[in-house]
Amino acid sequence: MAGNTLESRMRGKLAAKFFARFKRSISLLITFGPVGIVNAAYNFNFPEPVTPIARETLHIHNEFMLIITILFVVVFAIMIYSMIKHRKSVGHQPASFTGPRSALQWLWVLIPFAILLFIDFVLMGIPAVKAIVTMEDTKTRADMVLKVTGMQWKWQYEYPEAGIKFISTLATPREQIANAEAKGEHYLLEVDNPVVLPVGKKVRILLTSTDVIHTWWVPQFGVKRDAIPGFLRETWVLIEKPGTYRGQCAELCGKDHGFMPVVVHAVPEPEYLAWLDQKKAEAKAAAGGADRTWSSEELMATGKDIYEKQCVACHQASGLGLPPAFPALAGSKVVNTPLLDMNGKIIKDSHVDRVMNGKPGTAMQAFRNTLSDVELAAVITYERNSFGNHRGDMIQPAQIKALR
Amino acid sequence: MSSVTTTHPAEPHGEYHPGGLLRWLTTTNHKDIGTMYMTFSLIMFFVGGIMILAVRAELFQPGLQLMKPEFFNQLIGVHALVMIFAALMPAATGFANWMIPLMIGAPDMALPRLNNWGFWLLPPAAILLTLPFSLALLGFGDGAIATGWTFYAPLSVQGGWGVDFAILAVHILGISSIMGSINIIVTIFNMRAPGMTMMKLPLFAWGWLITAFLLIATLPVLAGAVTMLLTDRHFGTHFFDAAGGGDPILFQHLFWFFGHPEVYILLLPVWGLMPHVLSTFSRKPIYGYKAQVYSFIAIGVLSVVVWAHHFFTAGMPVPALIYFMFSTMAISLPLAVLFFCWIATMWKGAMSFETPMLFAVGFIVLFGIAGLTGLILADVAADAQYHHSYFVVAHFHYALFAGGIMGVMTGVYYWLPKWTGHMYNETLGKLHFWLTVISFNLTFIPQFFLGLAGMPRRIPDYALQFAEFNAISTVGAFILGVSQLLFAWNVWACVRGGKKAAGRSWEGAEGLEWELPSPPPHHSWEVQPQIK
Repeated sequence: MAGNTLESRMRGKLAAKFFARFKRSISLLITFGPVGIVNAAYNFNFPEPVTPIARETLHIHNEFMLIITILFVVVFAIMIYSMIKHRKSVGHQPASFTGPRSALQWLWVLIPFAILLFIDFVLMGIPAVKAIVTMEDTKTRADMVLKVTGMQWKWQYEYPEAGIKFISTLATPREQIANAEAKGEHYLLEVDNPVVLPVGKKVRILLTSTDVIHTWWVPQFGVKRDAIPGFLRETWVLIEKPGTYRGQCAELCGKDHGFMPVVVHAVPEPEYLAWLDQKKAEAKAAAGGADRTWSSEELMATGKDIYEKQCVACHQASGLGLPPAFPALAGSKVVNTPLLDMNGKIIKDSHVDRVMNGKPGTAMQAFRNTLSDVELAAVITYERNSFGNHRGDMIQPAQIKALR
Repeated sequence: MSSVTTTHPAEPHGEYHPGGLLRWLTTTNHKDIGTMYMTFSLIMFFVGGIMILAVRAELFQPGLQLMKPEFFNQLIGVHALVMIFAALMPAATGFANWMIPLMIGAPDMALPRLNNWGFWLLPPAAILLTLPFSLALLGFGDGAIATGWTFYAPLSVQGGWGVDFAILAVHILGISSIMGSINIIVTIFNMRAPGMTMMKLPLFAWGWLITAFLLIATLPVLAGAVTMLLTDRHFGTHFFDAAGGGDPILFQHLFWFFGHPEVYILLLPVWGLMPHVLSTFSRKPIYGYKAQVYSFIAIGVLSVVVWAHHFFTAGMPVPALIYFMFSTMAISLPLAVLFFCWIATMWKGAMSFETPMLFAVGFIVLFGIAGLTGLILADVAADAQYHHSYFVVAHFHYALFAGGIMGVMTGVYYWLPKWTGHMYNETLGKLHFWLTVISFNLTFIPQFFLGLAGMPRRIPDYALQFAEFNAISTVGAFILGVSQLLFAWNVWACVRGGKKAAGRSWEGAEGLEWELPSPPPHHSWEVQPQIK
């Protein structure tokens, strides 16, 4: 059946591209093999480390690679020597020993064993234990805390001391992924709101998740830690060099696992503080917005914006979803429930309930903690009046605020 | 190893063979059942292979070309489940059925009807595993399990009914494996030829004995874990849901308590057959028989106390990290003993390089890479970079393709003349070997570099910096896939005819199985040989 999919698609336009690329690679491999390999973007080792842990990890990795390469070469040199010398075709007569027979032979047997014991528990073991202790020391002299929450399929970042939080989603246009547009330099590794962290500060990172297990990974930090729903995990980074560092979710978390990148801007502290102030002002402005009355046009415009960032991955731009896992919003029973009951309270399993509290056991997450009052009101209003849904009603941010 | 005091008389009485399909459905003969296991395994090897070729085609270049991410996730998970449970494990059981009675001088397996049932549970399980694909094409459900083969909760709690199908399939496969294991243990303990003490038992039987005990010890834990998953999905329990007092990481502990020994379950039969092949083609007795037996036992014991190294990044107390790191590294010691014995068996022999020997040597070298990269993966600090990346994907394919599948191919080429009574085509066999080894490395060496550069596993699309290595890997994978057709053809041709094979098909072959004619009669060792 996989074959069927392949076959039918091969006939399409994409097939031409596919084969063009195939031919190019083949010619690269065969005709210009060595030249091509030198010129293309090949990385044979970890990317440049920018934290103490990453430097330590690279060092350990290089050392281990050297050790195992030596082991590999020595062991198989002996084997290959034997394969050349002890062949029937060169007339070698087989010996008949079945084990070590003399003290000298026992020594030959035990020396490799002792060497391996030394490599395992001393040469590799001691630096490894040191590295573990450093890696897990998240609390000593931590300058600040960053809370990372994984959710299908985006990251939420929270700065508890500053009281700000925001969501970071993939910024690569869907057209690039579908090969309808040329791919940009940072294809799949770009987001709308990058995390900003100061350089030279020890940042304690707390991780959790709202739905399934995700893994936060930035290779240049040497840090990879799971975000587990209902539990807190932690790690830390101390970025030594300003720059933009990119990573990805590393634990299979469903449909768009490949499309939830991590982007960190590391900047000098004054720049970080300025950014923090700006974020605080934005948050304040947004919170103020909840108290005024919004027009239907305003809600629809904001709602469309939110929908395209938060909802489109599952429910699709058309609102038709990808049933049965991701139901359609167009003509949906849930969307077409009344907004609130007579007392302005949530009706169970209504549209507002579903958006705010999610549906346990499915990919539909609770947006109550990830979206603001304005955003929730806007996206609910938008869904009720789009994709052929004509409820004609709207909900005000103030009403959402009252529900919290 | 031993000499035999009886010749085999033809015994025509009491033989009843129904013809056609009924023969295979009702057979209790270990050779028939072994053949069915091997055939099933070969078919499923191609089924799993086609799935992963579709995946590699998608990964040939950045962007989504052939499939949606949902379908991609289904393919990778079912590929792994099919290859592990429906290709590698049945192949090992097929070897056991065919060879253990011949090698220990027993007339058949101890529990022939259980044996038949054990096999016939496999096809329904394979159908359960792959049926959701077809149902999705017809518009029912959303396809097969899309969580990877690891079933991690809560993703699997969230998944569609493909997860339920997979849970039931795993239950059935587990029952089949446990029945097979019981049969093998009982056969080895009770039906050895007179005079064959445990320390004269062929190493292949020893390897399988440890595998059988590991299966019985760990499969019920997997069955328990997936049953808990089933009740979490449908009956309101919260084993893996923090909101109800559960813990998603509990699932990972239970899964890998089975999952890590599973690696050795797949490899021990191969390690068992390897010394026989090396000894045969080096024309020299096995080196370090006792050392190998004790290493098998040590690896079996260690394998059930190291599981948490599969999820170091999930977060654990420091003492736990250190314990699991050192216990994992400790496995390298008995494994090094095996490598030493394999090479020492070849040392000062009179080697010739027929296809089984080529595969055996290829196995030793490539499995060596798996072992060495496994050693560094055990290091918690470095593992933080390797884990969940293509580095791990490359590592376990060196273990399970080069270690597992190539090991199985070693055994197939080695015993094929015994099974069929014909010699296979040696030129084709050698061509198959070289194509397999070269294309295998072309596929998986780039994946080591992809992992180091930071490409996570199980992603349907990737950043541009990963494009070149992925393209090379895909080319390798297609050559590897197509080369296996040579293997299938060679086996088929050998079954149909070819040069007649002698009872002792290889010049240096030792052991009871070579005392019988090739192919052996339908019922062999009805009078047990006396081992001196």
